[in-house]
Amino acid sequence: MKTLVPHEVDGSSSDVVERIRRSATSDWPFKLVLRATTAFFGAVVLLFVWSIVHAAWPAITTYGIHLVTGKTWIAGAGPYGALPLIVDTLSTTAIALVFAVPIGIASALALQFQVPLRLRGPVASLIELLAAVPSVVYGLWGIAVMVPFFINTLEPFLNHLTGGAWPFNGPQQGFSILLAGLVLAIMVLPTIVAVSRDVIAIVPDDLIEGALSLGATRGQVYFRVVLPTSRTGLLGAVALGTGRALGETIAVAMVVGSNPQIPHSLFSSGATLASTIAVEFGNAVGTEGSALAALALMLMVITGLVNAGARALSRRAVTR
Amino acid sequence: MSRIAIGLLWVCLLIALVPLGSVIIALVGKGAQFLSWSFLSTLPQLPSLLSLNRIGGVGNAIVATLIIDALAALVAVPIGILVGMYLAESTSPPARILRSIVEIMTGMPSILLGVFAYEYLVVRMKSYSGLAAIVALGILMVPVIAKAAEMAFRAVPQSLREAALALGARESRIMRRVVMPTALPGVTTGVLLALARAVGETAPVLLVVGPTISNLWNLNPLHPMTPMPLLIFGYANSQYPSQRAAAWGVALTLVAMVVILTTTSRLITARMRRERRK
Repeated sequence: MKTLVPHEVDGSSSDVVERIRRSATSDWPFKLVLRATTAFFGAVVLLFVWSIVHAAWPAITTYGIHLVTGKTWIAGAGPYGALPLIVDTLSTTAIALVFAVPIGIASALALQFQVPLRLRGPVASLIELLAAVPSVVYGLWGIAVMVPFFINTLEPFLNHLTGGAWPFNGPQQGFSILLAGLVLAIMVLPTIVAVSRDVIAIVPDDLIEGALSLGATRGQVYFRVVLPTSRTGLLGAVALGTGRALGETIAVAMVVGSNPQIPHSLFSSGATLASTIAVEFGNAVGTEGSALAALALMLMVITGLVNAGARALSRRAVTR
Repeated sequence: MSRIAIGLLWVCLLIALVPLGSVIIALVGKGAQFLSWSFLSTLPQLPSLLSLNRIGGVGNAIVATLIIDALAALVAVPIGILVGMYLAESTSPPARILRSIVEIMTGMPSILLGVFAYEYLVVRMKSYSGLAAIVALGILMVPVIAKAAEMAFRAVPQSLREAALALGARESRIMRRVVMPTALPGVTTGVLLALARAVGETAPVLLVVGPTISNLWNLNPLHPMTPMPLLIFGYANSQYPSQRAAAWGVALTLVAMVVILTTTSRLITARMRRERRK
């Protein structure tokens, strides 16, 4: 993945270039255009952040901390307490990671070390094809293919298998945080595989060959040498996937059931921060519009922090 | 022990490919029957109680998608390239801050840009419009293009720039005649990937662009439009079985467009890699 390329500028020659650049051939109109355009983009981003804070302000002053801690969210009428939405956002993301992290990292290992060189490119392209499918198509697939499968097969099976024990109890309706988490897992998988592969690829061959020459088996090399050596970068991959899962909107909105409640089980329907904005924004009246903007603000803060963490981890993994 | 571990890796890789297979089978199995020239070029017809299976085409949605994404690219491509150029050439503190901003914007959930476009354009124009979607998608595309352009510009050998400088070329000329041609494949890849992402975006568009199902032609982006992702969303949640079925036809068309864009960018990248090895 491109983000892992370190920002290097050849020190000695760039000094020379810099000196010449400041001399006669320097081209101030060109520099001005570059700076003005970049400043313009920076200003648009500031405007974007400010407009969401501005739109959320009435709700923040009216409801205060209850906006985050309130346990009931009723569309249109209020009260607007986002706690169920936050819990659902975190649970769907957690479910997605439970599936996508082990499968993604194992796939990256398999791709890097096990798949024959000739097949490596095609298989990697297939996994990246998952990322090319638009979110709304996953939503459609979820409604048309996965919901019937959940109602008729998976949910009765899990319920029967565990004797109806938590978390496999409750009404079996297909639309659920489990299905939303599963769809999210598929959507973040290509990110986790691609970044993990890049991270695994930079593990020095000496380490691997050294372990092999000491008599370690292939499996021991993967799990005792490769994974521990690249753990910072792998954590970055997971964080990047987490950021995507937290903010994913349309596919989740289509399969989660749009029912703002704190989940009782994996089969509970729910509503995430992003899905609630998507579903209710068009019909919002009065303070609800502002309350939805407050959800947008929460989402912005959460994903901003997660993504900044992911970048920091990836960078540390490369420079070390 | 080692065999079990390696077997496990293979199993995980196979599991990773299962959903892709399922999505492709559903797309082709349920969508291919719709593909015809009339489906791609005519207006949707709304089913009524008398003719439940009437569906018509999706011509207006395809045109809306093309107009919105082409105009968004028209705005975002030059800005993205210039921002990428600035980031590649500068190591000053403001450049470092802007680089972080660009990186954080790449991961920003797209729906937030929908909220922004709503507050700024829909509220002021008092109408849903293609323009609001263009602005939201444009902002979404800039960081993707800028990031790819920065990488491409950095990959241009410093010696090329030095040679041009030594010949007395101005910076803008070096950029235009030396750096840009060398970096062009990388920049193009970024632009195509950004376009592929924008074409499939639904969340921001849903908030600002217009009705989820429309049976009118509209070529004016100042008025409400219904691009393909929105139509899929509308059809998927429809009460009519015929519209729910037709959602697959639209989805297959959209995926085909996105796959063409991403495959082209992949081919360019592969060719670049081959040439660099030479």
